[in-house]
Amino acid sequence: MAGTNGNGEAVKQSPAQPKKYTAKDFASDQDVRWCPGCGDYSVLAQVQRILPDLDVPKEKQIFISGIGCSSRFPYYMNAYGVHGIHGRAPAIASGVKSANPDLTVWVATGDGDALSIGGNHFIHAMRRNIGLKILMFNNRIYGLTKGQYSPTSELGKKSKSSPFGSIDYPFNPVQLSLGAEGTFVARSMDRDPKHLQQVLLRAGKHDGTAFVEIFQNCNVFNDGAYLLYTEKETRSDNVLFIEHGKPLVFGKDNDKGIKLEGFTPKVVSLKDGKHSISDLLVYDETAYELAVLVATFGDRPGFPVPIGVFFQIHRESYEKMMTDQIEAVTKKRGNGDLDKLLKSGNTWVVTAN
Amino acid sequence: MSKTIETVDDVVIRFAGDSGDGMQLTGTQFTNTTALVGNDLSTLPDYPAEIRAPAGTLFGVSSFQLRFSSWDILTPGDQPDVLVAMNPAALKVHLKDLKKSGLILANTDSFDDKNLALAGFPENPLVDDSLHEYQVIEVPITKLTLNALQGIGLSQKEMVRCKNFFALGLMYWMYSRPMEPTESWIKQKFGSEPKIAEANDKALKAGYYYGESTEVFASRFEVKPAQLNPGLYRNITGNEATALGVVAAAKKAGIPLFYASYPITPASDILHNLSGYKNYGVKTFQAEDEIAAAGVAVGAAYAGNLAVTGTSGPGAALKSETISLGVMLELPLVIVDVQRGGPSTGLPTKTEQSDLLFVMYGRDGEAPAPVIAAATPADCFHMAYEAARIAVKYMTPVYLLTDGYLGNGSEPWLVPDSKDLPAIPVTFRTDPENFHPYARNENNVRPWALPGTPGLEHRIGGLEKANITGNVSYDPDNHDFMVHLRAEKVAGIAKDIPLQEVYGEQNGELLVVSWGGTFGAVRSTVDKMRKKGYKLSHAHLRYLNPFPRNLGEILKSFEKIFVPEINLGQLAQLLRSEYLIDVVQFNKVRGLPLRSMELEQAIVKTLEANPAQGKRS
Repeated sequence: MAGTNGNGEAVKQSPAQPKKYTAKDFASDQDVRWCPGCGDYSVLAQVQRILPDLDVPKEKQIFISGIGCSSRFPYYMNAYGVHGIHGRAPAIASGVKSANPDLTVWVATGDGDALSIGGNHFIHAMRRNIGLKILMFNNRIYGLTKGQYSPTSELGKKSKSSPFGSIDYPFNPVQLSLGAEGTFVARSMDRDPKHLQQVLLRAGKHDGTAFVEIFQNCNVFNDGAYLLYTEKETRSDNVLFIEHGKPLVFGKDNDKGIKLEGFTPKVVSLKDGKHSISDLLVYDETAYELAVLVATFGDRPGFPVPIGVFFQIHRESYEKMMTDQIEAVTKKRGNGDLDKLLKSGNTWVVTAN
Repeated sequence: MSKTIETVDDVVIRFAGDSGDGMQLTGTQFTNTTALVGNDLSTLPDYPAEIRAPAGTLFGVSSFQLRFSSWDILTPGDQPDVLVAMNPAALKVHLKDLKKSGLILANTDSFDDKNLALAGFPENPLVDDSLHEYQVIEVPITKLTLNALQGIGLSQKEMVRCKNFFALGLMYWMYSRPMEPTESWIKQKFGSEPKIAEANDKALKAGYYYGESTEVFASRFEVKPAQLNPGLYRNITGNEATALGVVAAAKKAGIPLFYASYPITPASDILHNLSGYKNYGVKTFQAEDEIAAAGVAVGAAYAGNLAVTGTSGPGAALKSETISLGVMLELPLVIVDVQRGGPSTGLPTKTEQSDLLFVMYGRDGEAPAPVIAAATPADCFHMAYEAARIAVKYMTPVYLLTDGYLGNGSEPWLVPDSKDLPAIPVTFRTDPENFHPYARNENNVRPWALPGTPGLEHRIGGLEKANITGNVSYDPDNHDFMVHLRAEKVAGIAKDIPLQEVYGEQNGELLVVSWGGTFGAVRSTVDKMRKKGYKLSHAHLRYLNPFPRNLGEILKSFEKIFVPEINLGQLAQLLRSEYLIDVVQFNKVRGLPLRSMELEQAIVKTLEANPAQGKRS
């Protein structure tokens, strides 16, 4: 895969942008109606916190969603917003972005919205590399319809619609988006606000489709789904924070790491005298193959679940190519004259007699 | 040897052959040349859904019918005068339509045992006298083409493929058409393959001079130019006209055109045409599916473009939920449904009028949307333009119905000057003072407020809106109010569309009421019958929701209402429920335009029937 690290690329800035916003400027006047204790509150807060740092005027920010608890997100943002229909947010957002590439377009979606009913739009947005920032709130359950298993629920999940356990294998959203040619693929957690802010900021500045899977706790229908990863006592042994240029180290006191034996990743102890940090895999977020491999860690027994930016490259965005193509053809053929167009083709003149 | 030239004023030719024989190309070339000669014309391409069905089979037959005339014509004709049959299957499929004593030009080289068997002829019809009612001209087209191309340096297969140009040349001679337009087309089309260009050119000329020099043809024909209104004409298909209509509307409105679509027969040509108009600022988006195409269009509309999505029946079904969203969001959107035979995949390459009730009612909830329909291929331009005008003026999704016959068929179009097209004023809201996303003007229309406008940040969505503020509202009375308001907004468009015109007497015994692509067949039949002395009038509807505001009065001015449709009576149902009147239905759902003869018989029967009985024939 060709490409360069797009890390740190700034979005186009509006020249007339004297105002420095605060998080509060992005809060709408609507009462937030998520259940008390819902992980969505944290995501909302972190998004509002990082927006001032994007230096994009409020009126150029637009949030588009589908259906589900997370899709109420646009109502709570003091920006432009469209609360769409189930699964179709990437399509609506693609229309907005291609019609006006100057806008910063966010998609708020959930695991059911993005990966089930909207799976097709999700993968095709990625493939096109259209400038959307897709935030997928993954609570591994259908919340708004009150507790059916979702496409990210684990096999055997007992839920309202699977009382004897689900027989659906789940998607790994990071793998899916890598397979769909995403140019920015990341994962973070509602209960790690700092990390979430960093990832959101980078997604906000990415040129092309940015995908962020956010582990989000549904305290009503799937409470504790991510406790292992979010609680202090268990987190360090079960979460691998991946960072560009850094070795894959995790565990209490950074006592474990991951190395590669052939094509097989292996968890090793850094305390047993057999391995040192120099044996470990060093993460490279521009390396596609590495991202695909590391994305599988969460599904391997004994491995920590990776969190962070898996992959980022720069590739020409859909909207840029669309604009460029129109400019190139216009340059070549001249500005279209409507009368000329109407009178082109197979024409003849009938004269009055 | 000079031959007599007979002048005729109206000819219907049907070119038929294997789908790989180039019949569509042959027909199109004959059409373009005929347009330049100055005849009025009307075309009916008919091709199989399979791209290249097995050679020689009945289902692989592709045809192109063309009618040209010295006077104003409205249809491609019921029955061909001439059938060019490139193989036995083409003869078998099309013979039943040919006029008695019509002319069959048969390529004898293809009438071998294998092809005869594939076509289901137990005996060769060219020798067993079964065609005695027709004039049969047997020409070994393949052999003659090969002879003409000897030594040109092409393979046998490549040379055989030029035989359609031989047939075209022969028909050019027969109907006194010039060869120059096709000669220059060949030069342009095959410029990079000089041998192929030369071969096609030679085959064309060989066909032409074959007519001139052989004894087979005693005479040839001439069709004098039609007396059309003066001006610049363009031969145009409905799909081309639809594409131009929305381009023109966007230009006049001063906003960019955004066309989002998923390929589907017979609507894809709209996408093909528009994707070539990049220097007119047109954005086209080939979406991953029909639903996405509608969603992308809604997004583009929100961002301030003239958003259009085109499809055919099955695609319209998929778009339905998104169009409901458009109704709720009150955003302008044009949906073009180029109707085809249904249900399901049905007859994808054939025409039908069976989506009317679907586009009227096929949405969740009370989701009213204006519906208009084009009457002829060229009328697609005006109705596409009109759909855009209504959409942006009333901030609503608008359905434009065309059909496969209109979309693929062509006719001469008197090209308008852009300055004569009606204005399409568009105002985007920019003033934050007192801005409310669901505040309304005198037409109950909310403002178009684009993302990117400082101070107008607001949220819209599929949940019910409080009037004025646009905030989410679950209030029962608000919902009742909004449901009524949306319905009233669409109903109110009636005051902004033309009154219905009646052709013929304004009252009387019988009014024929039609809509959409049947215009040509119905109007020409009514005309013919009026000339014969029958008393009947015709109202052709282009506005189906809302109906023109005088339609009720018109219907009450006639004793009998006769409604011919290529469906099972969908307009008939709408008229009955809207105006509490009964109507006589005429329904033929063959995937083809209505036939004048059948229509006439049914109308005569209705006229003769006792008014008290048999209202539904």
